[in-house]
Amino acid sequence: MSLNSESSQKWQTICQLDDLVSNAGVCALLEQTNSTLNDSEQVAIFHLPNTEQQVYAIGNYDPIGQANVLYRGIVGNIGDDIVVASPLYKQHFSLRTGQCLQEDAKVKNYPVRIVDQQVQLLV
Amino acid sequence: MDSQVVRKTKVVVIGNGMVGHHFVEQLVELSKKEQVIEITVLSAESRLAYDRVHLSEYFAGKSAADLAMTDEETYQNWQINFAVDAKVSHIDKDEKFVETEQGQRYDYDKLVLATGSYPFVPPIPGKDQEHCLVYRTIDDLEAINASAKVSKVGVVIGGGLLGLEAANALKQLGLKTHVVEFAPQLMGVQVDAGGGRLLKDKINQLGVEVHTSKATSEIIAGEQSRYKLCFSDGSELETDLILFSAGIRPYDNLARSFDLAVGERGGIVIDNQCQTSTKNIYAIGECALWNNFIFGLVAPGYAMAKVAAEHILGQSAEFTGADMSTKLKLMGVEVGSIGDAHAKAAGSLCYTYENQPNGVYKKIVINADKTQLLGAVLIGDTSEYDTLLQYMLNGIELPESPEALILPMAADKPALGVDALPDSATICSCHNVTKGDIVSAIDNGACTVGDVKSCTKASSGCGGCTALVKNVTDSILEQRGVEVKKDICEHFAYSRRELFDIVKVEKITTFEQLLSSHGQGLGCEVCKPLTASILASVWNDYILEKSHVGLQDTNDTFLANMQKDGTYSVVPRIAAGEITPDKLIVLGEVAKKYNLYTKITGGQRVDLFGARVEQLPLIWQELVEAGFETGHAYGKSLRTVKSCVGSSWCRYGVQDSISMAILLENRYKGLRAPHKIKFAVSGCTRECAEAQSKDIGIIATDKGWNLYVCGNGGMKPRHGDLFATDLDDETLVKYIDRVLMFYVNTGDRLQRTSVWMDNLAGGLSYLQSVVIEDSLQISTELEKQMQSIVGTYQCEWKTTLADPEALKRFKPFVNSDKADSNIVFVEERQQIRPAYPHERIPVQVSDNEPKTSLEKSSAQSAKIVEPA
Repeated sequence: MSLNSESSQKWQTICQLDDLVSNAGVCALLEQTNSTLNDSEQVAIFHLPNTEQQVYAIGNYDPIGQANVLYRGIVGNIGDDIVVASPLYKQHFSLRTGQCLQEDAKVKNYPVRIVDQQVQLLV
Repeated sequence: MDSQVVRKTKVVVIGNGMVGHHFVEQLVELSKKEQVIEITVLSAESRLAYDRVHLSEYFAGKSAADLAMTDEETYQNWQINFAVDAKVSHIDKDEKFVETEQGQRYDYDKLVLATGSYPFVPPIPGKDQEHCLVYRTIDDLEAINASAKVSKVGVVIGGGLLGLEAANALKQLGLKTHVVEFAPQLMGVQVDAGGGRLLKDKINQLGVEVHTSKATSEIIAGEQSRYKLCFSDGSELETDLILFSAGIRPYDNLARSFDLAVGERGGIVIDNQCQTSTKNIYAIGECALWNNFIFGLVAPGYAMAKVAAEHILGQSAEFTGADMSTKLKLMGVEVGSIGDAHAKAAGSLCYTYENQPNGVYKKIVINADKTQLLGAVLIGDTSEYDTLLQYMLNGIELPESPEALILPMAADKPALGVDALPDSATICSCHNVTKGDIVSAIDNGACTVGDVKSCTKASSGCGGCTALVKNVTDSILEQRGVEVKKDICEHFAYSRRELFDIVKVEKITTFEQLLSSHGQGLGCEVCKPLTASILASVWNDYILEKSHVGLQDTNDTFLANMQKDGTYSVVPRIAAGEITPDKLIVLGEVAKKYNLYTKITGGQRVDLFGARVEQLPLIWQELVEAGFETGHAYGKSLRTVKSCVGSSWCRYGVQDSISMAILLENRYKGLRAPHKIKFAVSGCTRECAEAQSKDIGIIATDKGWNLYVCGNGGMKPRHGDLFATDLDDETLVKYIDRVLMFYVNTGDRLQRTSVWMDNLAGGLSYLQSVVIEDSLQISTELEKQMQSIVGTYQCEWKTTLADPEALKRFKPFVNSDKADSNIVFVEERQQIRPAYPHERIPVQVSDNEPKTSLEKSSAQSAKIVEPA
């Protein structure tokens, strides 16, 4: 987990645990509180109940296919890596780090926690 | 000479064709340890050796580099001196040197002539004009290509093996093609009269006109075309391009000029060591005459090259003739010829099988006491070639009824398994690789077919033995207990077929069940959709059942086809391409309302592009209300049944192809399979629906329907195999049920029917025996499975629209109702298309504004389109 500039980061509630789909992804829109060049960010949130961490969040934008699609990929594991396969060209992205396993590309990853059935991201 | 103690033997090779190159390879390999040889290669052509056997592939898109057998770097690494464009004009046998036309001198201790042959052009008046060409070198092909661009009609003079290959090349170049043969039949060397007759029929059917018993007497100016061929019987033929392929003649002019013995009709005379009349000069390949015979095939040339190389290195070796058996595919027609095809041996006997409707001819020639196979001719079906060749080459004793070797569906067809072959059996005759060689390659660590190929060179010559090499390798590996790995991915150590059986037998209905009982880990994008597809094939559940959602590829999850920008396209079913004006208007209205890009597909449907995830249910609500169903364009399932109008409208139609196509499309819609399936139905033999390029193709006859199976367009086109003829409606449906269900049961993951067929042991005749003869006694079960799928069909969109839980998946964001701002369209030809990166305008904006402007741009020619 990258916890840089902790001071400016806050846990933000995104949705209910019930809104997630088991062994698949959903997409959430992060409304920016502080104005930046980026508009509202899209986050892909995956629920893998049979893994230790259970809920994972990475950027939704596929830097290789150049479209907001990662939440629509199939999740699974490649060896020890828990991954999603991009639905466009099937590269695998690690759900823990956002790193692409096949190419030199990376998407953002977000710390996630579940509090009272609420899914929260540190943003 | 230099001062080295051991003087190297200087070997000069004249000619760098396939055989000349093979000689160099052999010499390098055999002398590797001792470095006692200095090799010089002189090539008159501008290129180093290339593959002439596969020359015709040059027209199918292969480049000169693809055909190359070596390159300068390789020769340099082997420390070979070489020169191209170096035509030798002088041999001095006493001083032992050769000189090129340019005056370069090369000394030799041993000289090897591998000068090959040249195409014979018969002395016909007018033969030397422009656009009168031959077919031998890459330069020739380039000339043919250039000429074809300004020609409409082409004639090949000569109906032998090479002539037919040349005709195929002309046909591929788009010319109306004719073959003119002096003899009464085609391929007179390899094929007997009966086979030649059938071959002629088949080639005529392929649109190449064959004229036999025609002697060309003159080539004069034409009236419609550039030239006119005048035949001795008074008939004529107009053409723009003439290609001579009337046999080869050995390039023996050097031998003639410098007093080496040559045969009466040409060819440099050699003995069993490939030595010419001057002992330190060798000749190999098509320029050499052994036992008064010139071998016009590559395999004997390779054998000579090896003998010469061994002899030069002081090893004992002997050339004792070669097998001239050959198997090839000419314009898609399979032709095989083994040994004594013409039954010339005294007392020999023949068995002949001819099936005119299917275009198959088979003959075997056996000895007088019916114990040995001497020869064979196979036209239209060469599936028995390998077995027959092994019988002949290894003198294997024939079974009691030898005719069973070629009769279709013979009950006790003697299967000559690869285990039955002796270690001495030749598997690859081009490189003389025996079964024993493959065994020792595997002993030395080869563990795949690829390994075996690269260390024995087996099947890298003509390629005719590819299947056999694989079978032998697999069989030996299996005997050694080496597992031939067919695992689909790291989570399941099973093939698709094995998983299919597991699901069926153990009545497994979810991925979790399958994973916990037979797999490991979490699964992946390979095993999950595969399992979903098997579950759908076996149980035909609604694919968005909660437990299946995470298994589906995005196309199946959203019941639409994802495009490059993350939007989807929508394809409603239009069975057989028949649509009422009212429904067509609905499609137009929906497309207009949601501003979708509209295109007619190759499968006679309408594709609506540019729908965002959240629009899909809205669009489908309107489509379903208007009576449309999902088209399954997103699934590994039946796509379309294309049709022509057939007897209902067409002057030529002989059956109602539209009604049949609608019946079939409605019957098989929704069937999930290892890959997509396409059908077509043509109403007559003109084949306007292009049924032979489909997985299931049906062509009307005046008696019923001809069924073709396992065709494919796409990346690797394959014509469907004619499976059964003149079927009534009921039998047609019954056979299709069985073929499809057998494919669904046994196909590999993402294996189209064409590849499935190519990998099916026993091929077409095996599939026929399973489906028509019910040889496995599974046809009732196959029909039952199909009936269950047909009976449980549901339109997945209709089901989805009625399920609020499923509809939740179409919400773009779990916490917002906004649309994806990254999707940007521009206008082109009055419709939308996704914007290219340079058409997007990044702008600095305030809060909550998209980073890409959707405003119309005055600077760009493309117009940014507002989302609907």
